[in-house]
Amino acid sequence: MSKCYINGTGCISAQRTFDTVFLEAAEVNNQENVLTIKDPVYKNYISPGAIRRMGKGVKAGIVASSQAMQEAGLENVDAIITGTGMGCMEDSEKFLKAIIDNNESFLTPTSFIQSTHNTVGAQIALGLKCTGYNFTYVQNAVSFESSLLDASLQFASDEIENVLVGGIDETVEYTMSLFKLAGYIKTESEKPYQIFPAKSKGVVYGEGATFFLLENKITSSTYAELAGVEIINKLPIEEAEQKLNQFLAENNCRISDLDAVVLGYNGDIDDEIYFKNLAENCLKNITQLYYKHLSGAYHTASAFGLWIGAKIIHTQEIPAIVRANAIAKDQYNTILLYNHHKGRDHSFTLLKRCQSTT
Amino acid sequence: MEAVKQELKEKIISVLNLEDVNPEDIKDTDPLFGAGLGLDSIDALELIVMLDKDYGIKLLDPKEGKAIFESIETMAKYISENRTK
Repeated sequence: MSKCYINGTGCISAQRTFDTVFLEAAEVNNQENVLTIKDPVYKNYISPGAIRRMGKGVKAGIVASSQAMQEAGLENVDAIITGTGMGCMEDSEKFLKAIIDNNESFLTPTSFIQSTHNTVGAQIALGLKCTGYNFTYVQNAVSFESSLLDASLQFASDEIENVLVGGIDETVEYTMSLFKLAGYIKTESEKPYQIFPAKSKGVVYGEGATFFLLENKITSSTYAELAGVEIINKLPIEEAEQKLNQFLAENNCRISDLDAVVLGYNGDIDDEIYFKNLAENCLKNITQLYYKHLSGAYHTASAFGLWIGAKIIHTQEIPAIVRANAIAKDQYNTILLYNHHKGRDHSFTLLKRCQSTT
Repeated sequence: MEAVKQELKEKIISVLNLEDVNPEDIKDTDPLFGAGLGLDSIDALELIVMLDKDYGIKLLDPKEGKAIFESIETMAKYISENRTK
């Protein structure tokens, strides 16, 4: 993988992550089965003329990307790559509802224009007047990792020197009601909801926008090196450990080099098996962390996980609220992230501390 | 006519999602596009659909729009004279 570094981050989530350092205000909401983002004051970032047409995912994406660029000290970028599992659902629902309510007549343009999956990337580019490479990946639970992979390929081919990469998904009422009917979301009767260890099927759903400013050089704002990303769409549970070792070896690393592992525990008892398979065996001596009890589970929640990994390397601190076990290290120099969704779309992401952060 | 003007102001704020704008902020003769409310071409499409849906008025000649959408007053006058519902 071509060398690239996380030099800025921005995170809008179900926690207050836009005006805090690192989860010091975080709390677990075990009373809601759909967690919604804590909104910043969007008007501080987006003009009133533009904001009135934007869904919450677009607004959150613009603010998160703006924060990432600000941290990195950049005013424009060479490329914008976004990942989203569901796209701009708020406007999609509005448009589809209008079709039904008005018997396929009187369709207005705004919600249609704003409903496409690439709206966030497009609106960021419009705001920045960025005419560079702009791509959006819609690949379920590896949408964000697909964006990271693309970014690394852009660096490898010397197409870019910096890029905004983000994961965005939003919750909307009707779609959430369908997910509840389908059993994807935990039932009200299970309150208070427990994510880890899981007790039942279904997840506590969530939403968020998390952006990273990646550059091909280390700067004073560098969080960590993005050392490796791999997506495996199908991975039998009995092959997971072997695949993990292979991924680490390809990135000049072994399990014993890991200081922490960020696991995508989502509260679903069936999904948990895959994480436990590694956590209770080859990773049992490693500091284990989880995050979906804070962010909720959604297709690009792994971007929130990466934000946590980057923050840990940057601050060298682990908030107690994300710990899944009690193992502690003196330093956190190498962090692995592992995620999957319903036994598919597995991803490994490797972060390494680099010179400016040591 | 006054009732139509008030209704129009409320509908425009709602349909165009004009944040921090109240009906009393919009003067009857204020330009809707450009300097006044600052509406744009996408808003014009929204207003055309609103005329059709809520008042049964189909604007077939786009050139007409410029005069009709000049202000709340011109819109209200046109609606009062041409509405079918």
